[in-house]
Amino acid sequence: MEIPDLDLNVSPMKTPFSLLRGEVNADEWLTAALAIAENHGRLVSLWGSDGYRGKPGRFSVCAVYALANKKLLWLELPIIGPSVNYPDIAGIFPYATRMQRAIADLLGLQAEGALDTRPWLNHGTFGADYFPLRKEFSGKEIVEWPAATDYPFVSVTGDGVHEIAVGPVHAGVIEPGHFRFSVVGEKTLRLEERLGYAHKGIEKRFEQMAASDGYRLAGRISGDSTVAFSWAYCMALESAWGWNVPSRALWLRALMLERERIANHLGDLGALGNDAGFAFGLSQFMRLKENWLRLNKSLFNHRFMMDCILPGGVRCDVDVSGLEEILNQCDEIEKEVTVLRAIYDDHSGLQDRFLNTGVVTNQLASQLGLTGLAGRASDIENDVRIDSPTAPYDELNVTMATRSGGDVASRVAVRFDELFESLRLIREIVGNLPTGPVLTTSNKISAGRGAGWIEGWRGGVFVALTVDKDDQIARCHAQDPSWQNWPVVEYAVIGDIVPDFPLINKSFNLSYSGHDL
Amino acid sequence: MWTILRQIAKTGIATEAPPKAFDVESSQRIHHDILKVLGRALTIREVDAGSCNGCELEIQALGNVYYNLEGLGIKFVASPRHADMLLVTGPVSRNMMKALQLTYEATPEPKLVVAVGDCAINGGIFGTSYATLGGVDKVLSVDLAIPGCPPAPIEILEGILTAVRYRLAKK
Repeated sequence: MEIPDLDLNVSPMKTPFSLLRGEVNADEWLTAALAIAENHGRLVSLWGSDGYRGKPGRFSVCAVYALANKKLLWLELPIIGPSVNYPDIAGIFPYATRMQRAIADLLGLQAEGALDTRPWLNHGTFGADYFPLRKEFSGKEIVEWPAATDYPFVSVTGDGVHEIAVGPVHAGVIEPGHFRFSVVGEKTLRLEERLGYAHKGIEKRFEQMAASDGYRLAGRISGDSTVAFSWAYCMALESAWGWNVPSRALWLRALMLERERIANHLGDLGALGNDAGFAFGLSQFMRLKENWLRLNKSLFNHRFMMDCILPGGVRCDVDVSGLEEILNQCDEIEKEVTVLRAIYDDHSGLQDRFLNTGVVTNQLASQLGLTGLAGRASDIENDVRIDSPTAPYDELNVTMATRSGGDVASRVAVRFDELFESLRLIREIVGNLPTGPVLTTSNKISAGRGAGWIEGWRGGVFVALTVDKDDQIARCHAQDPSWQNWPVVEYAVIGDIVPDFPLINKSFNLSYSGHDL
Repeated sequence: MWTILRQIAKTGIATEAPPKAFDVESSQRIHHDILKVLGRALTIREVDAGSCNGCELEIQALGNVYYNLEGLGIKFVASPRHADMLLVTGPVSRNMMKALQLTYEATPEPKLVVAVGDCAINGGIFGTSYATLGGVDKVLSVDLAIPGCPPAPIEILEGILTAVRYRLAKK
């Protein structure tokens, strides 16, 4: 085993990245979590399933950890007998809390000993004894369920303390969620998030789809990360079926992933300027983003490249003139962003808002499990492209962008650095693109299990997939890094003033849909 | 400051002509129509009723310099109480149903409802389930639907303008 003092029966899976998998009992579930935490590992994903070993009505919970040596470890704990309990690990990994609450809502499995057992995704809108991910339910039951119920927010009391309720319908054009601030004057004492408004039963919907078709749903888990999720899904399916993807297709997938990263970074850099009162930044960056999306449309026939990655490869090739357009656009964007970065850096009013706002220290970040882009801004070094490189990233030598400030300014700086690095990667990819086919399909081999692990623009995106015979999805779980990062936003705002919240929130720019599923 | 001004001057005006179907004396005509219906600028409140965020990205893109939205007399507002039109996305999750209804009730008459994207029309890929109602028309009366996954900004703009014309024709 990779962890000292931990002897588990695990074996490697046939994924393109290093992933060990094994079954554990309840004691091992806990000792493994403890040992992994002590050895600086982190929890990547946590979910529950009905259909353990293909038997409906038999439950299990699964955890995926990233160990300190960057390998992934997938543990499955079968839940034996009439009990629906499993040991709580939120005491070890605090960000497991909401994942465990989601498991309780969707499957009725309880983390025994957990402190917070409030419903999370079920707003009272589906019955308290209706567990959609259980095989006994079709997911199509439409009952006159009660309207959403009140949620017991933790209240802060004291002289002069009052609450500000925001959402789920926000002032801007953004996704739905509720934020409850407890404030004194303008100062935020406490923020509590309530999410789940965008819950649309995606994981149940997967089980009604053909495995070879599921990439379309995966591409709509979070519209801004459609490339990352559809690639992770296809990687999971291709590893379950033992498919080999042509190397040109993998390079084109990486091209799309980096284009998706740049599109989102351009949008965020503009919005971050705007949220600090610098509208010039928004109009400049949104113009560049529009140019970027229009080239996506002309090359891939979709502005966000939805449905362009499918099992076995990619939908369309890019010809020589297309590649030239890409290179020309990289030059243009690099020139423009260099000018804009200098303007941002020199603008004292803007820097005054960015610096020391929404601070997450490295210590807090590692305690709370901050990951991805936001983690790197607090000097938490993880990036799937570097830690678990799959082709073509094993040949690209990605440079990780990190900052140690942990404030809005650091998250802005990481975006700028990553944008330039992605431009470099795109040039590398275009310059070294292998020749050959971009799509091959093979047999839809009956049952199997696979996993996908991709560095989306927010952070690592993980997909676990179990396929039944006849091309049916038995279970698909998709984990967005927003699960880890949302709770950290509650800490990032403490002590800042309420008007800084939109800026801090935007600097993380977490997914609601990717979290609510 | 100098670099900002230089960048603005270098960028110039990137705004494009409005959608072709509305190009009869172009923006003046659109102005005229909006004024005739509303007597002032068209104000829109966007509601995400459980979308994947794809439609939101395109509605945000509609605000970029290419589309000159405010120049046409169209403006996104922060409160439904200031809105003439609700632009609704997503398959309407059950968890958003109440908020969507309350937003509609808070919007003063006369109000237009435009459903944006395939999900808002019939649930799209998410369909109808324990978690989704399968379209905005399950909750509100919809004046116009804009198909697409997601529809491009120009299609959303055309839809918004068509909805205004539709109201004009009914008047």
